[in-house]
Amino acid sequence: MPTAVPVQLIGPDGERVATSARAMPSDADLVRAYTALVAARRLNDQAYALVRQGRLAVYPSSHGQEACQVAAAQVLDAADWLFPTYRDTAAVVARGVPAGEVLVLLKGDWHSGYDPYTHNVAPQATPLATQLLHAVGVAHAARLRVEPTVVLAMCGDGATSEGDFHEALNFAAVFRAPVVFFVQNNEYAISVPLARQSVAPSLAHKGIGYGIRGERVDGNDAAALLTVLGDAVTRAREGAGPQLIEAHTYRMQAHTNADDARRYRADADVAAWEHRDPLARLSTYLRGRGLLDDAGQQVADAAAEELAAGMREELFRDVTPDPADLFTHVFAVPTPQLIEQSAVVADEQSREGALR
Amino acid sequence: MSTTTTQPAPTGHQKLTMAQALNHALRDEMSADPSVVVFGEDVGALGGVFRITDGLTAEFGDTRCFDTPLAESGIVGMAIGMAMNGMRPVVEMQFDAFGYPAFEQVVSHVAKMRNRTRGAVTLPMVIRVPYAGGIGGVEHHCDSSEAYYAHTPGLQVLTPADAADAYGLLRAAIASPDPVVFLEPKKLYWAKEEVDLSAEVPGIGRAVVRRAGTDATLIAYGPSVPVALEAAAIAAQEGRSLQVVDVRSIVPFDDETVAAAVRSTGRAVVIAEAPGFASVASEIAARVTERCFHSLAAPIARVTGFDIPFPPPKLEHFQLPGVDRVLDAVDALQWETS
Ligand SMILES: Cc1ncc(C[n+]2csc(CCOP(=O)(O)OP(=O)(O)O)c2C)c(N)n1
Ligand SMILES: [Mg+2]
Repeated sequence: MPTAVPVQLIGPDGERVATSARAMPSDADLVRAYTALVAARRLNDQAYALVRQGRLAVYPSSHGQEACQVAAAQVLDAADWLFPTYRDTAAVVARGVPAGEVLVLLKGDWHSGYDPYTHNVAPQATPLATQLLHAVGVAHAARLRVEPTVVLAMCGDGATSEGDFHEALNFAAVFRAPVVFFVQNNEYAISVPLARQSVAPSLAHKGIGYGIRGERVDGNDAAALLTVLGDAVTRAREGAGPQLIEAHTYRMQAHTNADDARRYRADADVAAWEHRDPLARLSTYLRGRGLLDDAGQQVADAAAEELAAGMREELFRDVTPDPADLFTHVFAVPTPQLIEQSAVVADEQSREGALR
Repeated sequence: MSTTTTQPAPTGHQKLTMAQALNHALRDEMSADPSVVVFGEDVGALGGVFRITDGLTAEFGDTRCFDTPLAESGIVGMAIGMAMNGMRPVVEMQFDAFGYPAFEQVVSHVAKMRNRTRGAVTLPMVIRVPYAGGIGGVEHHCDSSEAYYAHTPGLQVLTPADAADAYGLLRAAIASPDPVVFLEPKKLYWAKEEVDLSAEVPGIGRAVVRRAGTDATLIAYGPSVPVALEAAAIAAQEGRSLQVVDVRSIVPFDDETVAAAVRSTGRAVVIAEAPGFASVASEIAARVTERCFHSLAAPIARVTGFDIPFPPPKLEHFQLPGVDRVLDAVDALQWETS
């Protein structure tokens, strides 16, 4: 049974929570997570600015959810797989995919801008919950191929209402697939609050009907996330089958820049979450333990700034996408029709003037 | 909560966007018939991501317009049951490609219920789908999915090309005893035009001639109608008179109006954004050929999207049938032989 209260190791005040029996991650892991948190926050803010500057079409930000993003990447081994959504750009970057490649999708040059096999990161999924079944497939194949792979599959609170979410949990359970389903419950699906989405005691409870262990964790506590997700990955790797983790967090900004959150929630609701900020919390904890000082902060900031500068450079670089690409990747061997159609475009291109 | 909720009553001429016209249609049907209910994702407080349902919850209460859990199959499946039990559901699929989880319900039940039950159970319901491209949307936000629906016997498939039609067709769709897939060209949502909401609009199953012309007929629907009209305007300057037919109702299809139009000119180009292979455009070309063969001076041409997944934003203009492609196709209609 999921616990009544989400696992928390560091409270919003930055103090160790005395009541938790769960182990604290190592100092080194926490410092590593903090550096990644600073980078993730910078990535979110830079991407937001790039939308305003017209360099990105749209950006679904994980501002406020960075602890989830960072922990999801950090608990995986290199050979494991990550299945992210449109909101999980920061997790994909934390996993090592260059930000410029990830943002190709939102820049509008192509769909997936990275090769999923390079870092074992599936293309960011937009059709909600569909990717969860793919994650089960990758995990089941790994078992059949006797590989020690674990798959971490992400989705939002709203996506747990889709049929595919339920099919994925059941398939994973029946096949004992090594999948960690990681639900970031940020309390909103665009305008729809969690209360309109589900009346279950928690989203972690949704595992019960499928025979899956479900656990709840404070989604703004990087330490708790590292422990809870890390343990879930270990259990899955050791053959305990799928795991369901619900992280309680909050979408601090609008759904995307195109959304107007004031139409459905009060600013005061958002303000109530300010003091639970995942960065401030870990920073206070680390400073209190002498694991972070001004010099350490500067190092983290400098790395984040380098990431942001790289993003700006990539996104202000105008590439002219080649329309021929539209026809090359549909099939291994283009159909005769595609060859014909590609020639039509090439002919138009060779003529003078812009197309009307 | 929203600021744009109170809109003037539908009298006389007013400047409206297609989005506002659709909102008026929902409002007026909800006022006229208490069994009309609107639901879907984000249609309540937010008023829909395109604001088509703006203000409906405020005006009619949240039993008449409400948000559901996030599940398209659930939305359409529940609408079926509600339609079986005396209500007239109007549901929204947030974007074209997000209607696919509901495909099973649409194809196996919405489309077949009347036939399975020999007419005992009918489904007066409308599935509204913002569709097609031209808005710089990222993947899964720009599909032209009309062929899937049109190929499924039992579904009426409508698509307006201007605000007046949006209003009239949506009201007709809601009043229809049979299910309608109502495809809203999202790139036309914001175009403002003078509309007379009290004017009589041709109903379901009727195509209309939007522009008179004598040399060739452009046949278009939804997002491609403005392209056809622009092409005709340019052709006129170049001395060629192009007639434009707006199909409006893909199913049922108005063979009579379309064939009569093509017979009057002897040449035709069908224009549609969807990939051309096995498409609605192909169906139209075939039907016109069968009916007008002896009046034709050239084979029917099609200007459609290519047979590719919808491109990313920076490449979408290569996919959308533009004025130049239409005029090129017109130029190629074997004029030398006439
Ligand atoms: C199948 C499907 N239906 C609808 C949408 C449109 N849509 C995109 S994000 C979203 C809300 C998702 O909420 P949640 O799962 O909580 O994730 P969050 O955006 O909060 O991270 C919706 C409805 C979609 N992408 N896919
Ligand atoms: Mg959410």
